[in-house]
Amino acid sequence: MSSEHATAHKPVMSPFTIVAGIVLILGALVTVLRFTGGLAATTNLSDYNPWGLWIGFDLLVGVALAAGGFVTSAAVYIFGMKRYHSAVRPAILTGFLGYALVVFALHYDVGQPWRLPYPFIVQSGTTSLLFEVGACVALYLTVLFIEFTPAPLEWLGFKRVRNLVVKLTMLLTILGVILSTLHQSSLGALFLIAPSKLHPLWYSGYLPVFFFVSAIIAGLSMVIFEGGLAHKYFHDKMDETHLREKEDVAFGFAKAAAWVLAGYFSIKVIGVAVDNNWSYLATGYGAWFLVELLGFVALPCFLYAVAVRDHNMSLVKYTAGWTVLGIVVNRLNVSLVAFNWHLPSSERYFPHWMEIVISLFIVTIGVLVFRFIVTRMPIMHEHPDYHGEH
Amino acid sequence: MSISRRRFLGWMGAAGMGVTLGRSARAAGPKTFPGYPESVGVLFDSTLCIGCRRCEAACNKVNHLPPPERPFDDLTVLEEPRRTRWDSYMVINKYYPNGRENPPAYGRMGCNHCKEPACASACFVRAFAKEPTGAVTYDETVCVGCRYCMIACPFEIPTYEYHKVLAPRISKCTLCQPRLLKGLLPGCVEACPTEALTFGKREDLIRSAHQRFRMHPGRYMEHIYGEHEMGGTNWLYLSGVPFAEIGKREDLGTRAAPEFTAGALAAVPLVVGLWPVLLTGIYAISRRKEKMADEERTAAVADAVAKTQAASDEKLSAAMEKAKKEKESAVEGAVKKALEEAEKARKAEMAEAEKTETPEAGAGEKAGKDSEEGA
Repeated sequence: MSSEHATAHKPVMSPFTIVAGIVLILGALVTVLRFTGGLAATTNLSDYNPWGLWIGFDLLVGVALAAGGFVTSAAVYIFGMKRYHSAVRPAILTGFLGYALVVFALHYDVGQPWRLPYPFIVQSGTTSLLFEVGACVALYLTVLFIEFTPAPLEWLGFKRVRNLVVKLTMLLTILGVILSTLHQSSLGALFLIAPSKLHPLWYSGYLPVFFFVSAIIAGLSMVIFEGGLAHKYFHDKMDETHLREKEDVAFGFAKAAAWVLAGYFSIKVIGVAVDNNWSYLATGYGAWFLVELLGFVALPCFLYAVAVRDHNMSLVKYTAGWTVLGIVVNRLNVSLVAFNWHLPSSERYFPHWMEIVISLFIVTIGVLVFRFIVTRMPIMHEHPDYHGEH
Repeated sequence: MSISRRRFLGWMGAAGMGVTLGRSARAAGPKTFPGYPESVGVLFDSTLCIGCRRCEAACNKVNHLPPPERPFDDLTVLEEPRRTRWDSYMVINKYYPNGRENPPAYGRMGCNHCKEPACASACFVRAFAKEPTGAVTYDETVCVGCRYCMIACPFEIPTYEYHKVLAPRISKCTLCQPRLLKGLLPGCVEACPTEALTFGKREDLIRSAHQRFRMHPGRYMEHIYGEHEMGGTNWLYLSGVPFAEIGKREDLGTRAAPEFTAGALAAVPLVVGLWPVLLTGIYAISRRKEKMADEERTAAVADAVAKTQAASDEKLSAAMEKAKKEKESAVEGAVKKALEEAEKARKAEMAEAEKTETPEAGAGEKAGKDSEEGA
């Protein structure tokens, strides 16, 4: 009721609507260009740089930031932290949309997208880490879809199917954690095969572990970050439980993130030590590595801890945003900045503006679909028919 | 003790499994793959190369590649460093390791046909194959176009048809596999006028290289590039100058590309096997904790109830006692009061009676007097 009133009084063209509209129109145009002119017409990809922004951002960052789904559901259902229950549905929704958009984005990047199922139906290259990534992402997208269905089923009133799906929660959660462990780490392991191309400070035998642990950080921070945004824009969609647990979730997750960041910091330092890469720290790449390590790992670790100690909600939110940015920096470093570092600058890659448009286009679609769903389905509030059931 | 048919079959099955497991473990174990025996390759001798580009022209012709922008006999092309492209499977580059005033050296860039190719290991549709001939071939009918092979290749060889809209392909040297199968030489080898390119069995090429080292002391860097680089390649290179100066990376190491990913791949089944147990265990622990907390709570509640009950019982009996006492005292009081009242009433009665008696006495006296008077 109150939301209808609120929208009725809003101007038809809010700044968000205008920006989103422009991005969607530009994105649609570039899409047409991509599928009529090929990759050469829309990207700066080259024979030296076969992977650009669409892999570095859309795939690597997208998957990492969608980790909130498995982190939250594991915390609540496996570790029994029931006080965070109200965070599960928004996190699952974000995860599902994130993975769906990753798969959508891949259609732009690969040369023959209609062949994307080939590794599973024609012939499988099981020695490839990309096969593992593909298999896990495909399976996990299915798992997330099933985990997400109770919300639309409640919305549509399909009680029996909904109750059946809810019964599967535990199984799906365990499956989700296994699949997430595998593909989050495998995204890092993709680069193991190219030690001669990735800068030694970023290349490590621990890459899969780095990617998995930082995905947990990304998941925790995204739940906080998104919770902050949702609190601002979808306040009227939240029920009392959600509002009451909100702070508890933010502080609990911030505390967890501080710990995991501390662990991540340690293993990153161990990574440098194991390969004896200390001397690289004195170079330009070393400075940039230190920016990432100190500015985007050590700093948020400290800030989260302080924010939790002081019960400072706004610091928690800002730190979450900063940590998310840190994940973006890390994934782009591995896939683009520190990759091909041996090449002369004339052969290095910088994204074409159309590549950036497509990445923004996909993020915008994600935000719009998220908004469509949370304003209609029981995501941030309980459906009255299933009150206090889960 | 008799052996049932079922048990016997079980044993046989287990034995069969053991045999197959043993076999695959030998094949996939951490052993070096010596390469297909009898596999062929090409030896490029940089000291014999004159940079005539005839190999490039032949390659273009036998592979039916589009004609180049500038003809193959235009040698000024060599002044710019070039790399393989979708329309050129191999290129010859010109280097000046000793300065422009000294004679140049030439290097070849093209697929080296690794014994254990990174591209084949990285491809998730198995579009690449290491053929027994030694050639690394590509099957365009399954390629999805993910370009992970290009990421994986340490020599940066595979290229992509980015300009094609519908069916872009990877392109790279095939070692002229179709020609090899017909008994023909690779196009480039056939065209080379100076024997800078030698075709033969890989083992023979290595022997030939060592022979050249012996026959021409001081002419070569005594290293066969490709003998061990990245696990060994079927193309081999000789040079009179350090290999880095003719465009060959010297920091690749001798481990074959698949070795870098073997550990990560091996961890996958472990996660699949152990995570369900670990997670179910954690779940069971958290459930048990919850249950215990519940039990403790119930017990505490029961205890509290019992205590309250006892306390209230005590209180009740005390209250009852008190009430009883109060009642008793009330009765007593009432009785006392009643008695007092009765006493009072009796006393009052008595007093009244005395009062009335006095006038009577007077009357009596009066009567007496009267009677006395009457008498």
